[in-house]
Amino acid sequence: MRVLVTGLSTFWGGRLAQTLEAREDVEVIVGLDTKEPRVPLERTEFVRADSSYSILQRIVKATQVDTILHTHLIVDSTRVSGRTLHEINVIGTMNLLAAAGMPGSPVRKVIVKSSGLIYGASSHDPYFFREDAHRLVSPRTNVERSLVEVESFLRDFASDNPHISVNLLRFANVLGDHLDSPFSQALRLAVVPEILGFDPRLQFVHEADVVGALMYATGHDVPGVFNVAGDGNIPWSEVCKIVGKRRIPLPPILTNFAAEPLRMLGIVNLPPEMLDLLRFGRGLDNRRYKKAGFRYRYSTAGTIEAFAQGIRLKRTVGTNSPAYRYEREVEDFFRHSPAVARRE
Amino acid sequence: MEREGEQEIEAAQHAERNGATDIAFTPPAELVPVPFTGNQNGRPEASPARFDSPRRSDVDRWGRSEKTRSIVRSIYEPLYKHWFRVEWEGFENLPKEGGALLVANHAGAIPSDAPAIMHGIERDLGRPVYGLAEYLFRRMPVVGTMWSRVGGVAANPDNAYRLLKDDKELVLVFPEGAKGTGKLYKDRYQLARFGRGGFVEIAMRAGVPIIPIAVVGAEESMPIIWKNKPLARLTGIPYFPITANMLALGPLLGAVGYFPSKFKIRVLPPIYFSDEPDEERYSRSRVMDATESVRTEIQDALYDMLRTRKSVWFG
Repeated sequence: MRVLVTGLSTFWGGRLAQTLEAREDVEVIVGLDTKEPRVPLERTEFVRADSSYSILQRIVKATQVDTILHTHLIVDSTRVSGRTLHEINVIGTMNLLAAAGMPGSPVRKVIVKSSGLIYGASSHDPYFFREDAHRLVSPRTNVERSLVEVESFLRDFASDNPHISVNLLRFANVLGDHLDSPFSQALRLAVVPEILGFDPRLQFVHEADVVGALMYATGHDVPGVFNVAGDGNIPWSEVCKIVGKRRIPLPPILTNFAAEPLRMLGIVNLPPEMLDLLRFGRGLDNRRYKKAGFRYRYSTAGTIEAFAQGIRLKRTVGTNSPAYRYEREVEDFFRHSPAVARRE
Repeated sequence: MEREGEQEIEAAQHAERNGATDIAFTPPAELVPVPFTGNQNGRPEASPARFDSPRRSDVDRWGRSEKTRSIVRSIYEPLYKHWFRVEWEGFENLPKEGGALLVANHAGAIPSDAPAIMHGIERDLGRPVYGLAEYLFRRMPVVGTMWSRVGGVAANPDNAYRLLKDDKELVLVFPEGAKGTGKLYKDRYQLARFGRGGFVEIAMRAGVPIIPIAVVGAEESMPIIWKNKPLARLTGIPYFPITANMLALGPLLGAVGYFPSKFKIRVLPPIYFSDEPDEERYSRSRVMDATESVRTEIQDALYDMLRTRKSVWFG
């Protein structure tokens, strides 16, 4: 198996490359990003490239990858500007799919990490979205709009390229010791925001299960669209209780306006899609991927408990693990120098 | 199931495209262990055991909390027993297990029938009842959360289907909706249109019986004399009622105080459908016929009960 991972320097790209390296049936791992990797990697080849079509086409042709793991979709709108978000999500995916579908392309499988954000969150929602549910309220935020576009590219791509297996995974909100997201940020605060009078039920998936779900799609033939979310759902008040935090209410009207000072002071990022979640919550029906054979390690309750334990541990021992820095020459030396003794 | 059907077709098409013979969503015969994530240093994590955790509250996946519900029941019990003096008939028609869709008539400016039905069944049958209601509730702070904790669920077809089919619960629905509770006193016990028959279709899909319920008394507990359209538009609620209670008890107490009308609830024999569950589509005329017959049964039962009622207050 020859794998191309997009977004190597993002949390997920790095995680996946590390996991892929441990697998013996993966011969080649090529990682693509505009920034340097942030985690140590043994044999992944890093290519610093923007996501323009001509470069991608050359990379795909030259490396003869058969599997593409597209993790470089930004679902946290607080991270980048609206314009960059559009460039990365929409234009990046468009070019990637065009390169994967070019005549004579070696690609046989495309796996995309999307998000439950695509369903939105409104009062008219079913309590559990199935994969084929159509959202009733049109997307209001940049990140939701871009995901809707990305998924429509993917549908076209799947029908234009019947020989390529396309797997689209939509993840619930992720929690874990290492991932930084608006939810994990909020839950690490001294007091956690809520919306007065609302106690929505939320679903979480553990970062290990996210990697597990993507790896499962890599190792098995499971084309289609799948929700990935831990079993069960839990009210926000109980989530805060498990993590051991008090809540501070935001007003139920003009919530976005009231959240602005918090954002400006840099206390917490409360993107509009998170405020919708704190009002209405969202549930994903996770049965289809289970039926396809995937086994979760964490339920929603387990995810939150594990996250809470991580916070407690950090409170005691701190976060002084040495930071990794990518050095091109060192990495090149280990991978390609004749001086390095290789097994085989 | 319409959507389920689509999925299968999609899957089959995909399998065809791939030249595969089996359906794409069947699990592989042997599950290859997937190495789970390495930690920050690339070392695999130790235990592959399943990580679950006991809950801190008893809020179920529909938002209902049995603890909250039992507190509400103990507050409501005196009202149920001494104010409305609720009397049941045909209680044995309610199933002790399995999903069933309870369909009732709806009345009172702030409907007093839903709490009475839910209270009676939960107390005497010992089964939770989930009440389907307007999306509007979900948008209301505090009220919406409370409503959810006592067993209210947004009336979304997917929710109803899953409650009935997968969770095998009792689900209460008022197909008249706001048309029922918003009707004027002069139209009392005249059933409004039963929606578009969505509730029948859900029962057919889920393969559960419909149990019609006729309620007498709710109409007189809070009768609407007049409705104010501009105020309804302004507040965004379906209707803004001026009730007899407000005239008698003043605008504040009258907005929440019910008259002590005598409640009689008759549970009719369950209606089973011969249709196969999870069909892709159910014939419109079949659904409308069944809808109309449920409506007629409840209407007839209401007339029958009203014929023998001697007093609004004493039954």
